[in-house]
Amino acid sequence: MFFLFEKIGDHILYYLDYAGRITIFLGQCLCRVITPPYKIFPVLQQINFIGARSIFVIFFTGGFTGMVLALQGYYTLRKFGSEGLLGSAVALSLLRELGPVLAALMVIGRAGSAITAEIGIMRNTEQIDALECMAVDPLRYLMAPKFIAAVISMPLLTAIFDVVGIFGGYLVGGLMLGVNGGTYFQGMYHSVDWNDIEMGLIKSLVFGLLIVWISTAKGYFLNWERGGGFGAEGVSRTTTSSVVLASVTVLVWDYLLSAILL
Amino acid sequence: MTKETTDVCPVVIELVGVEKNFDSQKVLAGVDLRVCEGTTTVIVGGSGEGKSVILKHMLGLVKPDAGQVKIFDRDIAKATARELKDVRRDFGVLFQNVALFDSMTIFDNVALPLRERTHDSPQQIAIRVEELFDMMDLPGVGAKYPAQLSGGMQKRVGLARALSLNPKIVFFDEPTTGLDVHKSNEMYRLFHHTQARVGYTAVIVSHDVPKIFKLSDQVALLAKGVIQGQLSPEEFQRSENPLIREFVETTMGPIYSSEREESAL
Repeated sequence: MFFLFEKIGDHILYYLDYAGRITIFLGQCLCRVITPPYKIFPVLQQINFIGARSIFVIFFTGGFTGMVLALQGYYTLRKFGSEGLLGSAVALSLLRELGPVLAALMVIGRAGSAITAEIGIMRNTEQIDALECMAVDPLRYLMAPKFIAAVISMPLLTAIFDVVGIFGGYLVGGLMLGVNGGTYFQGMYHSVDWNDIEMGLIKSLVFGLLIVWISTAKGYFLNWERGGGFGAEGVSRTTTSSVVLASVTVLVWDYLLSAILL
Repeated sequence: MTKETTDVCPVVIELVGVEKNFDSQKVLAGVDLRVCEGTTTVIVGGSGEGKSVILKHMLGLVKPDAGQVKIFDRDIAKATARELKDVRRDFGVLFQNVALFDSMTIFDNVALPLRERTHDSPQQIAIRVEELFDMMDLPGVGAKYPAQLSGGMQKRVGLARALSLNPKIVFFDEPTTGLDVHKSNEMYRLFHHTQARVGYTAVIVSHDVPKIFKLSDQVALLAKGVIQGQLSPEEFQRSENPLIREFVETTMGPIYSSEREESAL
């Protein structure tokens, strides 16, 4: 019995300690983002890595998401004779919900995992210690450009996802299922207002910050991982847990933000 | 160096009663060590005794459970992150596994401290990096990546990076581990040459005994969590301390201190 309490207490203390560490880490990184010196080139490099190189996958997932939304939406709406609302249904689903969430999940898979692995390997091979010993701040040098890049890239990727999704929906609804193109876009024009776009924008900004925070913190605190974050296996395990944690956090925050912003 | 001389020399690093436990294991049990300006101090000891842990304390990467770690008279165990960064401006470090940035070219590795810590133009940085490559006998490696170089060359790149900003103190963690005799000698030659040129204080953790004695002004043995003695290489080899004597005999062969002992064999 005593052993059980000790185990539970140990777990609670560990997670409190870890939560404290990564929260302080977030604060320190945000301080580095807003204080000079500002360096543009590393930020552009990271925008290229997190943003530009994710466009292809965002393009495909956005397109197919819009197409399947139109297909399913048409099937449902036809039952009520409301095929004309297809454009509104596709656009609202994408702008308010699916665009930010699916784009975030894609970025977690593509860039978030790579960030955790990169920082984790640097931690394991003493490269981060080497930076510190050179009096080069690793948070400013490594993390700050990633934070700025993620917060800039996420809303842009989400916008691309939404636009491609809407045209994907038109491809299926308008060209394949015979919904009038004018009706598709006219319905959208009337039903979508600024609040819907704003909600998607806020969500994508928050998701961008969450993704880069979890991905960098998991790598940076690799050696504090429970069960040992050492060696190649430690990096792979931590990368997996970073992807899982970031995905779950994005979905939880999606609900919270929807509840707050609705 | 004897007690009297360390009292008069300008001390740049001083460890006072440093204790460190990892979980329940006591690694350092009250380490006292003084390093004088411009000298070379070698810390020797068996594997797993905590030599690298001492180095990490000096670098501020590990905080002691008790005791003081004074660098230029400032206790870095209690320093803020900003103060620690200020102290580290005078550091150069050659890590045991070199810790080169593996996704950067060799040129970028050596140029990184110059880019981040100085306001030099790219041309000035390029000139300085080339100068360091020349000093380290590293022609034409700038565009390569660390993984494309041999172990010996990686160590030399690490030394070039450590010396790029003319540091006042350079720390070496096992500088010749994994190198053959020829490459080790080359490292020692470069060490000797660069120290004479830059005039830095050196702290070396090594088990390359007795070769490392030739380069050192002071030798300190870490055993049982404490420094058993910090002596000149000659005094170290003649020391009566049983642990130092045992270490010297294990690494250098038996020492015969009297004719009686020798004839008894």
